[in-house]
Formats: sequence, C-alpha cells, structure tokens
Amino acid sequence: MTVTVTWYLILAAGLFSIGVGGVLIRRNALVMFMSIELMLNSVNLTFVALSKDLGLIEGQVAALFVMVVAAAEVTIGLAIIVAIFRRRSSANVDELAEMKG
Amino acid sequence: MVDYLWLIVALPLVGFLINILFGKRLGEPLAGWLGFSLVGISWLIAFVPTVDFLFGNTNAETVFYFEWIPMLGADVAILWDPLASLLVMIVTGVGALIHLYSIGYMHGDPRYARFFAYMNLFIASMLILVLASNFALMFVGWELVGLSSYLLISFWFAKPTAAAAGKKAFIVNRIGDWGFLVALMIIFATFGTFDFVTIFTTAPAILTTGVATAITLLLFVGATGKSAQIPLYIWLPDAMEGPTPVSALIHAATMVTAGVFMMARSAVLFELAPSTSVVVAIVGAATALFAAVIAVTQMDIKKVLAYSTISQLGYMVLGIGVSAYTAGVFHLTTHAFFKALLFLGAGSVIHAMAGEQDMREMGGLRKKMPITFVTMTVGWLAITGIFPFSGFWSKDEILAATFERGGPWLILWVVGLLAALLTAFYMTRLWVLTFFGKPRWAEGTHPHESTWTMTVPLMVLAVFALMFGWFNTPARLAFDHFLAPSFALIPHPELPPIGTIVMLATLALIIAVAGIAWSWNRYHRADLPVEEGGFWEDGLNAFYVDDVYGRVIVAPGKRVSEWFAVTVDPKIIDGAATGIAHGVESFGDELKTTQSGRVRGYAAGIAIGGILLIIGFLILGGGF
Repeated sequence: MTVTVTWYLILAAGLFSIGVGGVLIRRNALVMFMSIELMLNSVNLTFVALSKDLGLIEGQVAALFVMVVAAAEVTIGLAIIVAIFRRRSSANVDELAEMKG
Repeated sequence: MVDYLWLIVALPLVGFLINILFGKRLGEPLAGWLGFSLVGISWLIAFVPTVDFLFGNTNAETVFYFEWIPMLGADVAILWDPLASLLVMIVTGVGALIHLYSIGYMHGDPRYARFFAYMNLFIASMLILVLASNFALMFVGWELVGLSSYLLISFWFAKPTAAAAGKKAFIVNRIGDWGFLVALMIIFATFGTFDFVTIFTTAPAILTTGVATAITLLLFVGATGKSAQIPLYIWLPDAMEGPTPVSALIHAATMVTAGVFMMARSAVLFELAPSTSVVVAIVGAATALFAAVIAVTQMDIKKVLAYSTISQLGYMVLGIGVSAYTAGVFHLTTHAFFKALLFLGAGSVIHAMAGEQDMREMGGLRKKMPITFVTMTVGWLAITGIFPFSGFWSKDEILAATFERGGPWLILWVVGLLAALLTAFYMTRLWVLTFFGKPRWAEGTHPHESTWTMTVPLMVLAVFALMFGWFNTPARLAFDHFLAPSFALIPHPELPPIGTIVMLATLALIIAVAGIAWSWNRYHRADLPVEEGGFWEDGLNAFYVDDVYGRVIVAPGKRVSEWFAVTVDPKIIDGAATGIAHGVESFGDELKTTQSGRVRGYAAGIAIGGILLIIGFLILGGGF
C-alpha cells in the first residue's frame, strides 16, 4: 500500500479541523493560539504535499512564507497575551470585551 | 524696436506697490508726487515711439514677452500700433495731469497715499487693456480697470452712498463682462486663438455672418457695460460719489472709453456683421439723446457732467455703428481732453465751495476763480461744438458719417443733432449757473482760486481742448492717416463731398449756437426759472430707470436669493448633507451590536464563513 498525496490531505484536513475546534471551544487564549498554529501548519502540510506531488516548487515557497509570517505573529501574539495575563492574571478571552461596540 | 514698452505698464505698477506698502511713511505730498512722476515717466517713454508713428512708421509691432497660457494662444505681449499708442498717450498724459491735480485736491485726506496707490493701479490696468496683443490679456486689463474703478468710487467708503455706488458700478459692469466673456469663448471656439493679428487677418475667410453677429453683439454687451450705454449706463451717474479726479480720469477720459476702444480694435469683426452695426448705431444715438435730456434737469454739477459723458459716449458708439471708426476714436480723444478739463474744473469749483455740488448754491464765481472760469469756458465751447474748438471737429465727423449713409440712417442723424442742441443747452446752463449771476453761496463760504498744482492741469487740458481738433480737419486728415495702419484691414470710409461737409458743419454750428442762446436767455437773469415738478422732477430722478430696474430685476433677484438662502440652502443642500450623516450614524448603530467583544464568537463567524465558502466553491465546481 503506497502512501499517496490523498493521505497527506486527509491528515491535513484532520489537523485543521482540530485547530478550528480548539479555537472555537477553548477559552484560554494560549491554547487558542496553539490551535491557530496547528491550522497554519496543517495548511503548510498541504502545500508541501501537493508541491511534491505536482513537482512544483511554489508550494514549498508558500510554506516558507507561512512559517516566517507565523513566527512574526507568534512574537506579537504572545507579547499581547503576556501583557494581558500580567494585568488580570487570567487569559480567559471571554472576559476581554471592553472594546465591544 | 520697442522692447522697452513693458516699462510703461511696470512703472505705475511699481508706484502702486510702493504707495500701498510704504504710503503712510511717505506721507503727503510725497506719495502724490511719486504717483505723478511715475505716470509722467511712462508718458515720456511712450512718447518717442508714438511720434515715430506720426512720421511715417506704419509698422504695427507685436512685442512678445512670455507665454501665459499657451493652450489658449494667450501670450503676455504688446500690440504696438497707432491705436494703442494713441490710447497710451491719453491714459498716461491725461492721467499724469490728473495725478498732479490730485496732489492739491486730495490735500488733507487721511488716506492720501492709498488714493495714489489706487490711481496708479488704475493706470497700469488701463495700459494692460490698451496694449494687449490678444483678447485674453485685454480681458485681464478690462477686469482690473473694473476693480480699480470700484476701489476709487467707494474711496470714501464711510459714506454709505459711496460704498453702494462702488458696488453698483462693479455689479453692472459684471453684467457687461458676461457678454464679453461669452464673446471670447465663441471667438476661441471659432479661431482657436485669442491673438488679435491672427483673428483679424483670418476673420473674413473663417467667419460666417451669423457667428460674426453673435460675437459682435456679445462684445457690444461688454461695451455697453464699460462705456455706459443703454441699458447698462445706470452705474456712471452714481460713480460720481468718488473723488472728482477719479470722475475725471476714470469716468470721463479713460476707462469708460474702453468699450469704444475695444470695438474699434475689433473693427474687422464689426465690419462682418452689418446687423450688429445697426444695433450699435441705434443704441449709441438713443443713449446720446436720452442722457442729454436727463443732463438738462440735473442740479448737481457732477451729475450734469456724468450724464453728459454718457451722452458723448453715445456719439462715439454711434460713430462705431456707422463704421466711422476713426471718427469715433477721434471723438474719444477730444472728449478725453475736454471732459477731463470740465470735470477738473468742476472739482476746482467744488473745492472752492467747500464741497458744495448743487449749482443752485453757486453763481458769480467768474471773478473769484478766473483761471477755472477761463479754462472751463474752453471746455464748454469744445463740448458744445463751437468752431474751432476740438468738439466741433470730432462730433461733426461722426454726424457727417451718419448723414452720408442716407436713408433711414438720417433718423439717427437727426437724433444726434437733437442731442447736440440739448448738449449746448445743458452745458450753457451749467456754465451760467456756476459762473454768472449773483452769488448764491451758503453762509460762511469763501470761494478762492485753487493752487497751481490744480490750475496747471486745467490750463494744459484747455490748450488741448482748444487745438486738438485741428489735427483732423476735412482739409487735412492727419489723425485719420495716423490711425490708418490700425484700420488697414477694413475699407476706408469715404468722406462726403466738401460742400456737404460745410453745409452739415454750418447746420451743427447753428444748432449749437441756438442751444446756447436759448439757455443763456433762460438762465442769465436775476430771477432763475423755477424748475420743479413734471418733466424736471422726472428728469432729476433720471426718469425712474433705476426704480424700474430695481423692481423688475433687483427685487426678483433678491427674492430668488432669499428663497435660496432660506429654503434651498438650509433645507435641501444642508438637508442632503446632514441626511447622509444621519443615515450613516443609524446604520452604524445597528451594525455595532455585532461587535460583541467575544473573541470566540468572531472565530465562529470566520469558521462558518469559511465553511459556506467551501460549500459555495463545491457547488460552483460541480462537486455536488
């Protein structure tokens, strides 16, 4: 039984769904953040898998881009979460609604 | 080579800048002498090349300085031809004399330097107007003289009547400017340029009679505004609220002739539109007569002269209408001299009478003011058309040209003669009431002759008012030859045979003498005729033309403006603006409830949106 590209896509879809579920269900900002990272990396997986399958380099380039942007995003996102945690010693996103319209 | 001609315009402009910036520090009388000398130098600079035209130089020259609006063919350039040089001579020559006169006349005015600044600005603007080599630049000068006229009429703006008169002059002139501006648009649409030489040389080939008629009629609308013709003459009598030197310079000698000058400049276009010429001639003759009738009834010495100016401008316009362009310009020139003289003389009288302008309060000034009396007598003889004073030659030339046309034009000739009769009548009335009879001065008035700065201009102008006509006698048409290069593109009008000329001149002379005798008998007596009620009252109110305009045009205009101010602006315009703002606000109010602040709610929204997108793409791609 050979491992075809479909397997990778199914794995990626699964990872992505877990990520979406994490974001939607969990209240802790840090965990939500990790879930987002999971979604990003599942997409990376599809990029790389299809890149290999189709013999095109662009998918890997896109994956590299996503990694760089994700790294930047993590830096800022963690900084914000840490700042919030320091002020209210909690990272519960449901308590953060001061900016509502 | 006349490259240096830009100096003529630049010098008065420099005077304007110096006087408006540092005038207070210069003080009296230095500010006046500065203004006078700069205009005088301008005159000197223009004098030599003008003499050059007199001695056979017939080449008009265009002096190019720089491109202004290349797209419109509007350069800053001077068209130096005999017509322009003549106007420059009048504007700077008469202008300098009036500046000199003002040094004495404006003595003691708190805004002495400001007066000379405005006067210099006017001279510079008028020179731009007459020297322009294209319609666009001419229009710049045209508007600038309107501005300086406004500033000078309302110079004593603390007086409400003066402020109102300035506004009236400006607004009425704007109506004329509308015609001029539309004419310019049609000219540009037809020729693709504003350049005089190009337009006038190509006009006969390009213009159809219809377009030529439209252009010239609209140009004439502009001229009726500036040159105070029916129906736009109403601003000129009110303009007498300005200081008397202003009336002499702007509202008698120079600016009001701008319309006549502009039509003479566009003579080629007017020659292509015979029906416009008919309109021009009729309006000119009607204005000449109508204004003369009003002048008969006026009591204010300046008002008489103002209506007289309108009447004389009517003669010039009549001259343009009968294609006697040189005659029109000739009358413009002689009128500049004798009317400036009359105004300055009137100013001298008013000055002596401590501001009194009502002729009923004057009388017997002959002995007290000998120089003013003698010089004004010359002006009086010139305007009534007595041989050999200048008005005789120029007015007769226009009337002869009208007579020569024959047929229905004879009506206009008769109208012109009637106006001449009335001119003799009202001018004699003015002359007698002012200088003869018993003194009727108010208590405490001590008339005296004016200072030399005021009498010298009177004497110089008197010499010109006496002699200038001799330049263009039927025996020797020096003035015609001088101007000929400017009118080379149109057929030269034939003079009537010499017998007819002599007959016409004799007739005009008899009429003038009759008018004088009639008036002399009526007013040179101890008990002055009572002039009240009926005709006199109607005339004094200028036959209520202003009231009619007020009711027919101004009042509805005000009502429309009020409607716009009260209804359209706050309700419709502001309503639309605030309505949009209110709409945005309430929409925002609705929308902001979705901004719940719950991050996971947003995330759910994004997820649902993503799922919907996937479903949509699957449907579109045929996956279902």
